Amino acid sequence: MKFARRTLVSAAVWAAAAAASVPAFAQNNVLRIVPHSNLAVLDPIWTTAYMSRNHGYMIYDTLFGTDENGKVKPQMVESWTESPDKRLWTFKLRKGLEFHDGKPVTGEDVIASLQRWGKRDAMGSALAQFVLRMDSPTPDTFRIFLGEANGFMIEALGKPSSSVPFIMPKRIADTDPFKQIEEHIGSGPYVFKRDEFKPGDKAVYTKFAKYVPRSEPPSGTTGGKRVYVDRVEWNLALRDAQAQVNALKKGEVDILEQLPFDFYEQVKADTSIQIPKYSNFGLQYMARFNHLHKPFDNPKVRQAVAAAFSQDAFLRAQVGVKELYKPCGSFFICGTPYGSTAGSDLQMKSNMKKAQDLVKASGYDGTPIVILKPTDLASIQKLPDVAAQLLRQAGFKVDLQAMDWQTLVGRRAKKDAPDKGGWHMFLTAWQAFDVWSPIANPTTDTRGEKSVWFGWASDDKLGEMRNQFMRATDDGVKKKLADQMHARMFEIGTHVNLGEFQQPMAATKNVSGFFVTNGNLYWNLKKN
Amino acid sequence: MLSFLFRRLLATLPVLGVVAVLVFLMLRLTPGDPAAVLAGDQATTEQIAMIRANLGLDRSIPEQFVIWLGHLLQGDLGQSYYYKLPVTELIAQRLEPTLSLAVVTITLAVLIAVPLGVVAAWRFGGWLDRGVMAFSVMGFSVPVFVSAYLLIWLVSLKLGWLPVQGYKRLSEGLGPWLYHLTLPAITLSLIYIALIARVTRASVLETLGEDYIRTARAKGLPEVLVLRRHALANAAVPIITVIGIGVALLIGGVVVTESVYAIPGLGRLTVDAVLARDFPTVQGVILLFSFVYVLVNLLVDLSYVFFDPRIRY
Repeated sequence: MKFARRTLVSAAVWAAAAAASVPAFAQNNVLRIVPHSNLAVLDPIWTTAYMSRNHGYMIYDTLFGTDENGKVKPQMVESWTESPDKRLWTFKLRKGLEFHDGKPVTGEDVIASLQRWGKRDAMGSALAQFVLRMDSPTPDTFRIFLGEANGFMIEALGKPSSSVPFIMPKRIADTDPFKQIEEHIGSGPYVFKRDEFKPGDKAVYTKFAKYVPRSEPPSGTTGGKRVYVDRVEWNLALRDAQAQVNALKKGEVDILEQLPFDFYEQVKADTSIQIPKYSNFGLQYMARFNHLHKPFDNPKVRQAVAAAFSQDAFLRAQVGVKELYKPCGSFFICGTPYGSTAGSDLQMKSNMKKAQDLVKASGYDGTPIVILKPTDLASIQKLPDVAAQLLRQAGFKVDLQAMDWQTLVGRRAKKDAPDKGGWHMFLTAWQAFDVWSPIANPTTDTRGEKSVWFGWASDDKLGEMRNQFMRATDDGVKKKLADQMHARMFEIGTHVNLGEFQQPMAATKNVSGFFVTNGNLYWNLKKN
Repeated sequence: MLSFLFRRLLATLPVLGVVAVLVFLMLRLTPGDPAAVLAGDQATTEQIAMIRANLGLDRSIPEQFVIWLGHLLQGDLGQSYYYKLPVTELIAQRLEPTLSLAVVTITLAVLIAVPLGVVAAWRFGGWLDRGVMAFSVMGFSVPVFVSAYLLIWLVSLKLGWLPVQGYKRLSEGLGPWLYHLTLPAITLSLIYIALIARVTRASVLETLGEDYIRTARAKGLPEVLVLRRHALANAAVPIITVIGIGVALLIGGVVVTESVYAIPGLGRLTVDAVLARDFPTVQGVILLFSFVYVLVNLLVDLSYVFFDPRIRY
């Protein structure tokens, strides 16, 4: 009896302690987000990882931004002028820009940041080729002197991904671009709480009270970055998809950055959860060839693959929810300023019979196609199975090799022959704004082994068109060149576009203020 | 006793040495490139090569091993490639959740399983015994993630009693700590209850057939005392052994439970490190696990002296 009484008392004490602690968790001004992955690298210039870029958008600001329709607009910049020959650009910064350490943002900070970015980013280094020098005649002004006019200055400074030209204090931006920064101070809407950062557990950001938002409404990475919560917590430990959905349903987290397609219908039917629209353009799946080795060193074989790869087959298998995907013939994303479909008939109006004929005509020698299949990345893991099946139907031999994503990432960097540890094809997904510009799109770089991205396509003609595009300053000319580039990409078979899809986000109903970001941005949100 | 202790501690060195060499080699021979992971999806081959050189991965494997061993002998486990933090700091961050989960789980398991096992042995062949054994089989058979999801559905989503996920550190208060640990600990303890209950039952059953039990009963000792003082005390050695193994297994990482309940423990750290090819971290945690195994085994061996006076070292 004594034992029973003691047990009851201790149980009651425990329950009381637990119950007493519950209200402490109900923090209405804390936005609890489950990001799509773990945050490891805190330097968004050093790595191209999306998580590091998203972290960058929390704490840094940008000179320009890209709105929801892909139009570049000023952000930190108040006004700018360009000389008649377009070789001198003068930018004036907005008043009141301040870093989290209390120091004002100056032209010197901007110059150091752009120099570091120019040594790491593809578009940044493309811009750097044109830059003669930069200076800052007054603290709130900076100038860029070009050796030759180009047509993508503003586009480069406002690029939303990845790497983004974030502005850092000069002393931090002076860090060797091939070493990671040690301090994380920006002038963006949130302050990074370095002392609370626990890798693999949580990252914390607090509202930067001195941030002066623009007056325009938020749109993409442009407009007023107003913060209505005191604190944002990224839950980095919650990785299991079912557990994420459970936590959202129970209200233990407020936003799931990536709702798995398998849970879409279930979550959509839940009245306590919303699926806000945050992207106009979504993402694009693609299959990338290794152009260095047989048989994909032959453009006719690559064309045969394009003809065999029906986008619908990939989208149905991988996404499965009809309202979340759409076939699209543009490498540069349908509906964007350069969203051409020139030359896409080869794929979009093709069928398996035509693909089989093209395979026969291509001189394909029966080399087994080594496809790399990631087994641990649910967002793309079904694509290689579809690719293998379609290739077999078209008349190819296929060697589908399963591995974890990180093994794939290491393997695809190898230029060795496929039977010596290399590869023929891998499939991946890109956020729309990584591929919508003919300059930023990594597949337009066709300098062979010097190309910036795996696959190492080689084509002087496309390279020349890309150079012309960089130098074109007239919008009409740029559009025409984009069309020509697009048609040429189909002609030489740089890669295969597998269609576009939306990656849904889910949030509890008490969060409001979502807008079209075309990415994962967390300002303007209110929690009731 | 002291010389036994000394000998056993000395014996850990070659064990750790072999583990160190094996882990180092296995990681280097596994496909995958830490530099490519770090560089991100859009990195060029040149950027990846640059990172590889910065990490020292362009050196020969023997050279890398000598450098790592040199640091290890100075107590330096190196810096995580992935998190850019000292491995010791990462382990320290993750130790508390794992230890907490292990302690609560094993406490819960022992408190439930030992009495269950004793009662099952006492009522051998009866409905109680069969019930305990049925529960035991179920505890073994149901995978952790299944019981975890079922418990979450019932206790958290339907009844709303406990949280679905997360971990609160002890520094945030005993209440929140227990509040978040209870469900994961119950989930994990199901297996250990099954294991310990079975071993306890078998061990107590054996001692119940001994002459001294008959003597104790003949003396007129109450049955509770017979069971506790004579049966259980003499059956303790195998039970302690299995509890020791349980503790070592729990500290060695309970990846599924930590993943389902979003507990940032050592198991999760190990998986993340393996996936990211974070060599220093994997090496560090595996060495730690090996050390824990050796230490727990030593403590279990030492504890035999207290439970069975016939054992001498």
